[in-house]
Amino acid sequence: MTPETTQSVSQHSVSDVASGHDAHAHGHAPTGLMRWLLTTNHKEIGTLYMLFSLLMLFIGGTMALVIRAELFQPGLQYVQPEFFNQMTTMHGLIMVFGAIMPAFVGLANWMIPLQVGAPDMALPRLNNFSFWLLPVAFTTLLATLFMEGGGPNFGWTFYAPLSTTYAPPSTNFFILSIHLAGISSILGAINIIATILNLRTPGMRLMDMSLFVWTWLITAFLLIAVMPVLAGVVTMMLLDINFGTSFFDAAGGGDPVLFQHLFWFFGHPEVYIMILPAFGIVSLIVPAFARKRLFGYASMVYATASIAILSFVVWAHHMFTVGLPLTAELFFMYSTMLIAVPTGVKVFNWIATLFRGSISFETPMLFSLGFIVMFTIGGLSGVMLAIVPADFQYHDTYFVVAHFHYVLVPGALFAIMAAAYYWMPKWTGHYANETLGKWHFWLSVIGVNLTFFPMHFSGLAGMPRRIPDYALQFADFNMLSSIGGFLFGFSQLIFVWVVIKAVRGGVKAPAKAWEGAEGLEWAVPSPAPLHTFDTPPEFVPERDSPSRHSDH
Amino acid sequence: MTSQYYVPPTSKWPIIAVIVVGCTALGAGSLMTYGSGLPFLLIGLAGIAFVMYGWFRDVINESMGGLYDMQMDRSFRQGMGWFIFSEVMFFAAFFGALFYIRVFALPWLDGEGAKGVTALLWPDFTASWPLMNTPDPSIGGPDAVINPWTLPLINTILLVTSSVTLTIAHHALKEGNRAKLKNWLIGTIALGLVFLVIQGIEYVEAWTQLGLTLQSGIYGSTFFLLTGFHGLHVTIGAIVLIVLLFRVMKGHFTADNHFAFEAGAWYWHFVDVVWIGLFLFVYVF
Repeated sequence: MTPETTQSVSQHSVSDVASGHDAHAHGHAPTGLMRWLLTTNHKEIGTLYMLFSLLMLFIGGTMALVIRAELFQPGLQYVQPEFFNQMTTMHGLIMVFGAIMPAFVGLANWMIPLQVGAPDMALPRLNNFSFWLLPVAFTTLLATLFMEGGGPNFGWTFYAPLSTTYAPPSTNFFILSIHLAGISSILGAINIIATILNLRTPGMRLMDMSLFVWTWLITAFLLIAVMPVLAGVVTMMLLDINFGTSFFDAAGGGDPVLFQHLFWFFGHPEVYIMILPAFGIVSLIVPAFARKRLFGYASMVYATASIAILSFVVWAHHMFTVGLPLTAELFFMYSTMLIAVPTGVKVFNWIATLFRGSISFETPMLFSLGFIVMFTIGGLSGVMLAIVPADFQYHDTYFVVAHFHYVLVPGALFAIMAAAYYWMPKWTGHYANETLGKWHFWLSVIGVNLTFFPMHFSGLAGMPRRIPDYALQFADFNMLSSIGGFLFGFSQLIFVWVVIKAVRGGVKAPAKAWEGAEGLEWAVPSPAPLHTFDTPPEFVPERDSPSRHSDH
Repeated sequence: MTSQYYVPPTSKWPIIAVIVVGCTALGAGSLMTYGSGLPFLLIGLAGIAFVMYGWFRDVINESMGGLYDMQMDRSFRQGMGWFIFSEVMFFAAFFGALFYIRVFALPWLDGEGAKGVTALLWPDFTASWPLMNTPDPSIGGPDAVINPWTLPLINTILLVTSSVTLTIAHHALKEGNRAKLKNWLIGTIALGLVFLVIQGIEYVEAWTQLGLTLQSGIYGSTFFLLTGFHGLHVTIGAIVLIVLLFRVMKGHFTADNHFAFEAGAWYWHFVDVVWIGLFLFVYVF
């Protein structure tokens, strides 16, 4: 959208419209539970998303601890293999669709309208619908654990025919819960794109936007492009299970590998859906605490877009061992390696921003620095996995588990934590407790590395993933991983304490809570009032914006 | 920047929508899994219809009341545009499945290519499209497939024509010619409904006379998946057009303010384009 068209926003917001707004929005606000059930306010919905995500983090985390307890020693200890499979499956599904994605959507809800100077999301009622679908979806998903035959036990990737021919009866409910979560994601993404493209304050050009807004714009595009493909593939599963079709059954002319192609056409962009907003968050926090402008704003935007485009042509690197033609293996190997280029641009950008900066180490900065180091470890093991002949060895081992946990836990989750500490003053009016925050960070760093670093070694030594028992030579690494897992899991309780403390009191924050921080969200008071920007705010290009430099 | 933004007031419809959608999912899930739950499914579906009636009625009243500004209008437009894009991707998944089966999976089952070891599963299998003989004979392929130059051709003409008539109706609306608008819109709806009837006749013929069912191997699977979801979308589109007709008869829409009409038209053209893809790749080639 050009500056001319954004300017027209104010011209058309005629005043008779504003009077209607006042009469309705501030008339009779419901209270108690109804307030939250009916809310169309982006801050309240953002809070709901994040609280839901925190609850799911602990439910999914408990399942992870069941897994780690079972794997503490060789042999079957606490659970039966059938239940163990349900735990690995549900842990993955809940963390991906219930914890990480809703946390980012919650941050988007809270911060995007504040960062673009909008009064709310573009379609506030749709926003309410998007959120409240999630509790229904995940109640359904969790309920499958108590159904006859148990819950999903085929891994979070639910490959056919494990998820069709050999699946438990509850799989129908699993499919419907994926549909509900998918509808929620698509509608949420539509709302985010419309907000960013249509509700920016007059004068804010696309290249003036905060990088969190930029990365979410691209993420929302990915969501709208691939969530329908997930809906399509689970619909085909539903038909195979209940109506006798042959999509994933070679006996009728179908192909189980077709499932994997469709799933990963969704699944690989999904991976970036979970990391691109994290890039945006770190790109705000690092300049704020290094007290320097971001080394390369434009290159960050182009790198994000490049990663998103490449994400559509790399999916089969998850399937190297399934029996692809050689040309396909070569194509997907090289296209995957290409992703290292824009990702490298980003890491270089953050490090160059830190170079000769005036750095201070508050908790948001610690989590961001942890992100940069440990996400890069996950990125490098990703390049190893991209090499076809090497992947033949690594495939379905704990090396893969180590890789994707490094990008998702000290990657995506650390960025979410960094964002929570960074914007806590804006949400609650109080700074998060620095001492507790530092304890949370350091225990998390130790816990996460103790859990996942040894998995590289057990994986390279040949330990397969998704098994409840293992050969004796893997015992030491697994014991370390289990100790680390419990340390990491219980450390997250500190975060709950931090949040409760910040909500109830603490050091009061001014409107601009961090001296190096820039962005429109710091122009409103802390805590941000329920309604902000009833009129379009005056926009001053940010420190990182190219237009700032052309102006001076 | 003195002008104020418009933010729509709170509404009870979204949370009711969540309840009825959840009820539908619960009903459908237990019906498929345990064979009971039809009442939940029906209540849920009726509830969805009720919510759409109520929610859209509120939005229409607000719009007719002049509450919406150009910015709200653009949000609606962008929302509808991206929604249709998501629908395009939904169908893209099904077309991708069709092409993968035809171009890769079946020839490989027949022994083609360096990875043709899958041919060892059913050595007598010969790949063809339409796939009349499935690899495992116990599944059984169709006896015959639909001739594209009979009913499907008529349906193609009907749907393409309906896009033209809808465009004429749209131009009539922009000229302020209400009678012409109403007549061409009625014509469009009639074409859509005849399409659905013919599709129904074709389905009955396929199921009862040609042995072409959901169970007749991958040809029947992809045939009913693609045409079935398309038919569902034609049904939705026709309902949208009927609602638009009622609104036209009540005097809604002006020559330069008629987003709902445009959104319905976009959707109808999208359904039409999907059909052309279907006619070519499901029926003809």
